Amino acid sequence: MNSVELISALTTSLTYPDLLFIVDKDIAVVAIPASKVADLATELKTRPEFAFDMLTDLTAVDWLGKQTPRFEVVYHFYSTSHNHRLRVKAAVDEGQPVPSLTKLYSIANWFEREVWDLYGIKFARHPNLKRILLYEEFKGHPLRKDYPYDKRQPLEPETWPVRELQVQMEEGRKIHRP
Amino acid sequence: MLLPAMSVMPLAMGPSHPAMHGIVRINLELDGEVVVDATVDIGFLHRGFEKMVERHTWNQGIVYTDRLNYVSAMMNNVGYCLAVEKLLDIELPPRGVYLRTIMSEVSRVIDHLTCIGAQVMETGAMTAFLYAMKAREYFYEIVEMCCGARITTNWTRVGGLCADAPGNFVEALRERIPLVREVNVELDKLITKNRIFIDRYRNVGCISKEDAIDFSFSGPLLRASGAPYDVRRDTPYLNYDEFDFEIPVGTRGDVYDRYLVRLFEMEQSLRIIEQALDKLPGGLVSVDDKRVTLPDKSDVYGNIEGLIDQFKLIMDGHGLQPEPGEVYHSTEVANGELGYYIVSVGADTPYKCRVRPPCFVLMAALPKMIIGQMVADVIPIFGSINMIGGELDR
Repeated sequence: MNSVELISALTTSLTYPDLLFIVDKDIAVVAIPASKVADLATELKTRPEFAFDMLTDLTAVDWLGKQTPRFEVVYHFYSTSHNHRLRVKAAVDEGQPVPSLTKLYSIANWFEREVWDLYGIKFARHPNLKRILLYEEFKGHPLRKDYPYDKRQPLEPETWPVRELQVQMEEGRKIHRP
Repeated sequence: MLLPAMSVMPLAMGPSHPAMHGIVRINLELDGEVVVDATVDIGFLHRGFEKMVERHTWNQGIVYTDRLNYVSAMMNNVGYCLAVEKLLDIELPPRGVYLRTIMSEVSRVIDHLTCIGAQVMETGAMTAFLYAMKAREYFYEIVEMCCGARITTNWTRVGGLCADAPGNFVEALRERIPLVREVNVELDKLITKNRIFIDRYRNVGCISKEDAIDFSFSGPLLRASGAPYDVRRDTPYLNYDEFDFEIPVGTRGDVYDRYLVRLFEMEQSLRIIEQALDKLPGGLVSVDDKRVTLPDKSDVYGNIEGLIDQFKLIMDGHGLQPEPGEVYHSTEVANGELGYYIVSVGADTPYKCRVRPPCFVLMAALPKMIIGQMVADVIPIFGSINMIGGELDR
């Protein structure tokens, strides 16, 4: 299917409220409220006429001061059997969680961790939502537009092994105290 | 302090380990020599690629794409420029397109040679590694001819190339193709039927086609698992639809199939280069549009119009300003699908420039490949992924 056919097929078969379909520079685009993402992805993956079996990319855009809601989570799906692509955009406000796609696509695990790390968007029911590119002690989310580009946050190497050792020793003492 | 009796032994492989090309850490849990659990820590080379590109003009971003996959930097340049050109809706003159195709394939051969060479070296074949490095050198000379640099190429510009290929480019490349092909044959003779490597590579690190698709694999690893997906054929860009080339596909998805797929792909890349050289047209390499391409230096220093054109592209707040919009463009680089998702709000800098690095998804699946294998198998499996730190951590 080419993008126009794909969009018309999606328009006729999907029945959610608040969906928006367009074709933008040769790619079909669906805009959807964030809470519906997992339902939509399930249909896209399981219906044989779409068969989007690959989550190619997952990222977010920060529209601080330009749009509300503030963030837009952007998914790119690909179907290896039909050779068509789809972009799904889910608008989400700060602090509002997005349903995780880890159950449907294994790769969503790392992609969602990256979005959480760099944008601070939470994914509900994600099994391991930890920072991936930055270290756990990092404060803030650097790809947000209000994060200063020249801010530095070095990780002091002397603090953490010592602290960890202290904790271990204290715990050891607790355990073996008579 | 007493340590509890441990049934499994934790072992941190990396971040600074000779076999972890670049820096990455695999936290293994070993029962004897068998890996029972593994997690991967990445991000040691994170430098904020996206944040940097957001602060620079559209053309300045190209410099940063060199540092993604530094083994085949030209393909990153090409991918980025294709995405921006799609946003600007401009098309290159045929010579520019052909040169981009040729150099993309040259870079692919370089990347595959590096991967195969490093992979077999880690399992003990120093000779094969040196052969691969020798062949890589032939093609690095071509890269150097085109842009003056070998690693950090910065070769393309939005709307074209930094310069046309030099006069002896075609002859030099034609001379080198048989030399590289000869090395490929030598590598094939040394490794493919060598008992040592078959024992080390066969049925090691297998991943099924379904799992590979579930993890969004692309490139040689997906094809080794049996899915014939290649961006060059499925969504053609540049002029790949004009060439006759085959897409090698494996059956088992193990390290050996990945090695074979890469070996065959190099031959196909050489075929594409030969066909493109036969048809290489003359003419301009960049679009003839003063709003996109910088004028000749002689014009800049020689007449007022040239100076104004230069000013209009270089000064802050002028320069390229694509219409507001967004674009996702994917290209097939040596490791798989490299996607650029670029958002413009009509300013002279990108609002967002996301890179979809091909080896990020491969690293996400690494625990799945190594759990249940021996600890010595971690090295060839990791080598077959061809992880490049610059592109993984951005």
